Amino acid sequence: MPKNPNIKKVLVIGSGPIVIGQAAEFDYAGTQACRSLKEEGVEVILVNSNPATIMTDGDIADKVYIEPLSARVLEQIILKEQPDSVLPTLGGQAGLNLGMELAESGFLEEHGVKLIGTTALTIRKAEDRLEFKNTMEKLGEPVAASLVVESIEDGVSFAKQIGYPVVLRPAYTLGGSGGGIAHNQAQLEEILENGLRLSRVGQVLVERCIAGWKEIEYEVMRDGAGNVITVCNMENIDPVGVHTGDSIVVAPSQTLSDKEYQMLRTSALNIISELEITGGCNVQFALHPTSFEYCVIEVNPRVSRSSALASKATGYPIAKVAAKIALGYTLDEIKNAITGKTYASFEPTLDYCVVKLPRLPFDKFITAKRTLTTQMKATGEVMSICTNFEGALMKALRSLEQHVDSLRSYDFTALSKEELLQRLQIVDDQRIFVIAEALRKKISYEEIHAITMVDVWFIDKLAALVAMEDRLEKEPLSLPLLKEAKRMEFPDNVIAALSGKAQDEIKKMRYENGIVAAYKMVDTCAAEFEAATPYYYSVYDGENEAVQTKPEKKVLVLGSGPIRIGQGIEFDYCSVHATWAFAKEGYETIIINNNPETVSTDFDIADKLYFEPLTPEDVENIVNIEKPDGAVVQFGGQTAIKLTESLMKMGVPILGTKAEDVDAAEDRELFDRILQETEIPRAAGGTVYTAEQAKEVANRLGYPVLVRPSYVLGGQGMQIAISDAEIEEFMAVINRYEQDHPILVDKYLMGKELEVDAVCDGEDILIPGIMEHIERTGVHSGDSISVYPAHTVSDKVKETIAEYSRRLARALHVRGLINIQFIAVGDEVYVIEVNPRSSRTVPYISKVTGIPIVELATKVIIGNTIKDLGYEPGLQPEADYVAIKMPVFSFEKIRGAEISLGPEMKSTGECLGIGKTFQEALYKAFLGAGVDLPKYKQMIITVKDADKGEAIEIGRRFEKLGYTIYATRSTAQALNDAGVKARKVNKINQESPTVMDLILGHRIDLVIDTPTQGRDKSRDGFLIRRTAIETGVNCLTSLDTARALVTSLENAEHTQMTLIDIARIAKRS
Amino acid sequence: MKAAFLILEDGTVFKGYQIGADKEVVSEIVFNTSMAGYLEVLTDPSYAGQAVCMTYPLIGNYGVCHEDMESKQPWPDAFIVRELSNVPSNFRSDETIQSFLLRYDVPGIAGIDTRALVKLLREKGTMNGMITTNEQFCIESILPRLKEYRTGKVVEKVTCSEPYVIEGTKELSENGPVSGSSHFDAGRYARFVSGDKEEREKRPSLVRKLNGAGLRVALFDFGAKDNIAHSLAQRGCEVTVYPAGTTADEVIASKPDGIMLSNGPGDPKECTGIISQLKKLYETDIPIFGICLGHQLMALATGADTFKMKYGHRGGNHPVKDLSTGRVYITSQNHGYVVDMDKLDKRVAVPAFVNVNDGTNEGLSYTGKRIFTVQYHPEACAGPQDSAYLFDRFIKMMEEYKNA
Repeated sequence: MPKNPNIKKVLVIGSGPIVIGQAAEFDYAGTQACRSLKEEGVEVILVNSNPATIMTDGDIADKVYIEPLSARVLEQIILKEQPDSVLPTLGGQAGLNLGMELAESGFLEEHGVKLIGTTALTIRKAEDRLEFKNTMEKLGEPVAASLVVESIEDGVSFAKQIGYPVVLRPAYTLGGSGGGIAHNQAQLEEILENGLRLSRVGQVLVERCIAGWKEIEYEVMRDGAGNVITVCNMENIDPVGVHTGDSIVVAPSQTLSDKEYQMLRTSALNIISELEITGGCNVQFALHPTSFEYCVIEVNPRVSRSSALASKATGYPIAKVAAKIALGYTLDEIKNAITGKTYASFEPTLDYCVVKLPRLPFDKFITAKRTLTTQMKATGEVMSICTNFEGALMKALRSLEQHVDSLRSYDFTALSKEELLQRLQIVDDQRIFVIAEALRKKISYEEIHAITMVDVWFIDKLAALVAMEDRLEKEPLSLPLLKEAKRMEFPDNVIAALSGKAQDEIKKMRYENGIVAAYKMVDTCAAEFEAATPYYYSVYDGENEAVQTKPEKKVLVLGSGPIRIGQGIEFDYCSVHATWAFAKEGYETIIINNNPETVSTDFDIADKLYFEPLTPEDVENIVNIEKPDGAVVQFGGQTAIKLTESLMKMGVPILGTKAEDVDAAEDRELFDRILQETEIPRAAGGTVYTAEQAKEVANRLGYPVLVRPSYVLGGQGMQIAISDAEIEEFMAVINRYEQDHPILVDKYLMGKELEVDAVCDGEDILIPGIMEHIERTGVHSGDSISVYPAHTVSDKVKETIAEYSRRLARALHVRGLINIQFIAVGDEVYVIEVNPRSSRTVPYISKVTGIPIVELATKVIIGNTIKDLGYEPGLQPEADYVAIKMPVFSFEKIRGAEISLGPEMKSTGECLGIGKTFQEALYKAFLGAGVDLPKYKQMIITVKDADKGEAIEIGRRFEKLGYTIYATRSTAQALNDAGVKARKVNKINQESPTVMDLILGHRIDLVIDTPTQGRDKSRDGFLIRRTAIETGVNCLTSLDTARALVTSLENAEHTQMTLIDIARIAKRS
Repeated sequence: MKAAFLILEDGTVFKGYQIGADKEVVSEIVFNTSMAGYLEVLTDPSYAGQAVCMTYPLIGNYGVCHEDMESKQPWPDAFIVRELSNVPSNFRSDETIQSFLLRYDVPGIAGIDTRALVKLLREKGTMNGMITTNEQFCIESILPRLKEYRTGKVVEKVTCSEPYVIEGTKELSENGPVSGSSHFDAGRYARFVSGDKEEREKRPSLVRKLNGAGLRVALFDFGAKDNIAHSLAQRGCEVTVYPAGTTADEVIASKPDGIMLSNGPGDPKECTGIISQLKKLYETDIPIFGICLGHQLMALATGADTFKMKYGHRGGNHPVKDLSTGRVYITSQNHGYVVDMDKLDKRVAVPAFVNVNDGTNEGLSYTGKRIFTVQYHPEACAGPQDSAYLFDRFIKMMEEYKNA
């Protein structure tokens, strides 16, 4: 069936801010789909509130609206743009829900707009628990005994009937939010209460527990003619019970015979045929480990994280094909872009093994529980490919960048056999390391399997790795042994440590004997057909098939690895734009990255893609083969920056700002000298290595002080200390890992924080705009609400910032991007830090100013000047609208995480509010972040003494808006004394009703709680904040944020919002 | 581990280690791209006279489940893999691949770069090769031997010696669906569904024999995979399996409701005896359904031609379009020869199925006859079950014939 000629203008809904459970994969899918639609001559209107995405670029869609993803906003966009169709299946659950809302309200029908891709009926059949169950029953597809409940009583009585444990799944939530396994009635009640609130429709599924069964997923596609195929199947090493997003996943399945494989494949295809899905779909199964019994767990009628993984694992572009299907094409009409010879109806077949590991945020949230459940906690993931499982796992481990490079990286040697058997019961991110230790202690496969339910095949593979560690430790390092260790992808440093040799010795031994990495191609067809797309992975047991190219100019772009808090999708944005800019300038481009969720690892972004870990050794292997003319590290976040020195040693020129200048910005003494020379003030401080030195510096400066490691992004390990005791605590945390660089201790200044991203050509500097943070210093810039243009500082401050930026960029000989953070105290401007590289705000400022700074930076790196590029150097004129970047958090997903804002970054994503006035922009930003007030007009205020004065002013404004204010004793008194009516509530340990009861009573919209200093998490405040977050109540810990919120609420009467087409801004240049 | 070598007729040598039986073998080297189903591949008689290389690198993961065998023994001359699993991990596994190969005296090689081998075969076409553990092999004397080597008379090797009957069965519906739905072969695997092991073993069979009440099918065994007869029996047919050399007259005399021509190994043009018998069957009005070699032989019997493909289709992922409906199905494939569409006499037969990727013929519909044949494998095993509907089409054809 050819393209439907009636589809001419399509509205694509994006997925909004990055949160746990909904991450970069939707930028990848959305970008691919938009390009695919445009390729077909369809006009694309895009709406997504997330400015850090590539899909919201002016050249991806024809019209781009970075607006809150709410039905009201979408209705306005539809009225303005008059699309004929809406494509809701590319924006994750958020996009799908919104599409459904528009369809169900009748708005689409009323305006003659069709949902394409998948119909509302299909979405309901797959997403609504009851309809799904009925559909499966009709098909004869088994589902676990279950009941949809809307009350706790119904849940309790059904659980009694089917027996504990039971699994709870709220309907219409992301990443399994609010779900869990209950082993008894108390647990059931707790989880159910939470789940009912989080569900959009107030429904939770109570289900027979099938924990311990094999979890198998199929990615399937169906076209409008009814043709169906499987793209890929995947097996979770962690059996049912751990969310697939947190599981170690392999592709294809390893332990299924053809009978099981085909049984589930046929079932998946029957299901999508019955649901009449047009596009991509994910079907999850639980398979009984010792029988053919299976259950359908879930069907996602859209592209998903798993489909992104399946796309990267196979080379099959699911989103691209789904978009073509939405236009009416059938699978046999769509060419497979990887081979150019086969069609989209060809099922990919792999001749390698793929391993995905989750990137969990427990290094950020030290207090959080590491336990893995049906609620996803991972912020990102890594994928690796090898011809053997051992190699794929080893590569994936080191791709995580979590100080992990072998199965010995977490040390459980101290545990006895009995303790290990106990420890194996715990399902957390360290389980495979515990299994490895159990194997070392000779615990049998069967025993380990009986406890963990991890399939014996995987246990055997872990045993193979353990045996290799053992051999490397005990045997002399012969060539065959070294070869075998490399076949399993043991890195040189691990081999060196185990065999007691120096790393260089290992490398020398390898090079002298030709034990070097070779590269194989991902081609969708196991080499059956010639492939046209160079997408590679390394092996040590085969011939090299990486095509030797000798173009005039060849550049290596280093990606940014897994998405983690502090290093998110923004850096992928930068890497991709840099790659495109290099390509435009005639370079052959090579990307190395290991993140399956991103645009940068799509097969057609760079000329060559190496899906590999970003360690010096892995990069050097590629450099040896490719011999690039230069590498660019300033776009790939800290991951890429860390490789600078190694690349220089390999003889690869670093393009752009020199490594020694990057060092000068990070090295305290060098940087102080530059500041002196350029006459720029900064907060007093010093560098230290030990807690003793830190205390000395702190006492000299006077508390409070900022403590942080150098060379980190996202403020990792940064804290404000107010006492010697805290210094000791923080230093201990930082020094858990050996620090290559000193730790910085600075006087904490209270003022307005401002930030610029700029391009410098060595001489001139281009500053698109100045961003101002709403939260005062002390809150990490990534967690602050950021306003462009800066709105409360004087012109003098702005001029000073422009001047200081110019001086700093010149003094550091910056070629490319630079990010500088300032504090303004009155009209005095101090520099906080300088990063001569891309930053998290680059996509945001590029979009709202219409200045493509990554492209400009790339061109400058190549040798152009800012003037050559047609720009007037200096601070650019301010826009006539206000754009506000709002951080978005995923605290509700991480049990036990401290939510109060501080110098260490905690947000997972961001959204944009753009409007004619500050108030309108702020309103939209809060709306985009999901802060949707009011419902009950009731709030709680509990603040520390120092904040009481400000709290009164804020309380008064809320009172004026009609809010009932509850407050704990001293806060209530302060408010009442000042004439703001506040009802006193008891603290947690006092008699009921306490502040906790109030929150759990579900009549509260907002909690304002400023934490007292110190990080003792047993404090009441911590409990209040956690309870609020986990019960879906908004909780603010900074009065600046609270003030911004009340300002936005005071101006909430925006019946007609300004809609600004970002693509039009982009074309301003 | 003992070193082993795979020597190709173009002089390429792969060094790996020996698996299975320790013996030297010369054969035609082919590759299969299925990711699961290595046992079904090994026991598919169509691989007689060939050494098969699995492109998926990790083989033996779920061991050997005897009931999944597609015939009574493995047929390939040798088995070529990248890595053989240490542990067979599946609740039904009876033994390891290694012990299975040893038991049936099948040699093999592991630890080679199978992808490099596949690329060679793709570029140069199917080649002959030798697997040996003799480290002192003399390539000069081996290469001429490899070039000369021809397999022959493979159908005679794999066909049954005597006719036998497989009774039709019916799934007992009163027990309800076992698990999943119609696609799940409930009868065959009933004892593996739900409950603990003891409970499962006590469970009565869910399958009842029909004692000859169903349609009667004559199946020509040119190297038939068991699941062809099984697919028919499962649909209630009584299947009589005949040796490949059975005459048309004998089959016609048995008055079958339909004739099934099975898959099988080798060059179809070598089977001149069978072709002449098929000419006679064509002249009758008995419904005929042919698969793979059966499809090629029917085409040759009616004046069409076949040719050898560069490296064939072997795997479980090829899209085939059913030209009567426009629908595309993912199919199980195993063939090195194909019917030449250019030389087809449209008055005799027209293409009914076509390969979406390379446009080669995947099936024919015979003009004015109740005959249709396919190049691929609706019986699956290994591979997708999407084309099982063709057996239903055949049943319908037989019913029409019977009621005519």
